[in-house]
Amino acid sequence: MRSILITGGNGGLGLGIARYFLGHDPEAKVWLGVRKNRDVAETLANESAGRCHLIDLEVTDPAAWQTAVEKIIAADGRLDVLVNNAGMHRDCLLAAMPDDAWHSVIAANLDAVFHGCRAVVTPMMRQRHGRIINIASLSAVLPPLGQTNYAAAKAGVVALGQTLAKEVARSGITVNSVLPGFIDTEALTGMDEEARKNAQRGIPMRRFGKPEEVAAAVFFLASADAAYVTGAALKIDGGIF
Amino acid sequence: MQGEELRLKIKEMMVEELMLEQSPADISDTVPIFGGAGLGLDSVDALQLVVGLEKHFGLKIGNSDAAKGILENVETIAREIEKSA
Repeated sequence: MRSILITGGNGGLGLGIARYFLGHDPEAKVWLGVRKNRDVAETLANESAGRCHLIDLEVTDPAAWQTAVEKIIAADGRLDVLVNNAGMHRDCLLAAMPDDAWHSVIAANLDAVFHGCRAVVTPMMRQRHGRIINIASLSAVLPPLGQTNYAAAKAGVVALGQTLAKEVARSGITVNSVLPGFIDTEALTGMDEEARKNAQRGIPMRRFGKPEEVAAAVFFLASADAAYVTGAALKIDGGIF
Repeated sequence: MQGEELRLKIKEMMVEELMLEQSPADISDTVPIFGGAGLGLDSVDALQLVVGLEKHFGLKIGNSDAAKGILENVETIAREIEKSA
């Protein structure tokens, strides 16, 4: 059995990653970290014959992380994979950005990854095995206008991952970041048809990515085949440079 | 467990958890764990050592100030385990 915790478990990408693990690894047991919104995650859990469970997890709360990780280890005896997927953005030009838009985005995207990594590192060190995959964003390296908060947070996630990778490498733990570009999830629902077409024109592959195309990379980074890959930042963006 | 047996178990744990190239018998009780004059371990090893001591001996080290004194050498670790037993 391989125990996997995925945060942002009710969103399109989190669910896509969960489905990929469940579909490609018969040994996978998935814990979906959720908050109030959990209807879609609940459906997946109900369809998964005891291999997928929901767990309450407010990712910005260190105590909630502690409780969730203890619960998983009590149930499974281990935690093999953490996918820090939860995140949000509140785009605004910096000159007009309210303090709250800055702090809430840093908290949800960067502080949360810190809290999650800290909660799992010691149990993973005890196991001498672990895989941490942080979902960053293409914005970390190619930031668009209006995302000073989000881009700074996601760039921080990449740097956090590279630093932590060095700290835990000798303990059999790998830490990698995935940088999705435009992925066809609810994150793009705010775009009208014209904006979608414009965005696709800027992508060499002329299409948005699918959640399962990000999930496949996460699955690889969580596998034994990726044992020597750590500190990496993998863009998945249809060729945007 | 105490005395020589405990000290040997600590050395075996260190070799296993920290992937040391020495054999346990080659590690003296008083050789410094950190720094070039001793085993040459660093702060990253210290973290794994703390986890290993808790996992194998139930020794909980509360903070970095306490760790400095306890993790000086095998002898200081053994005394702390004997004290907490």
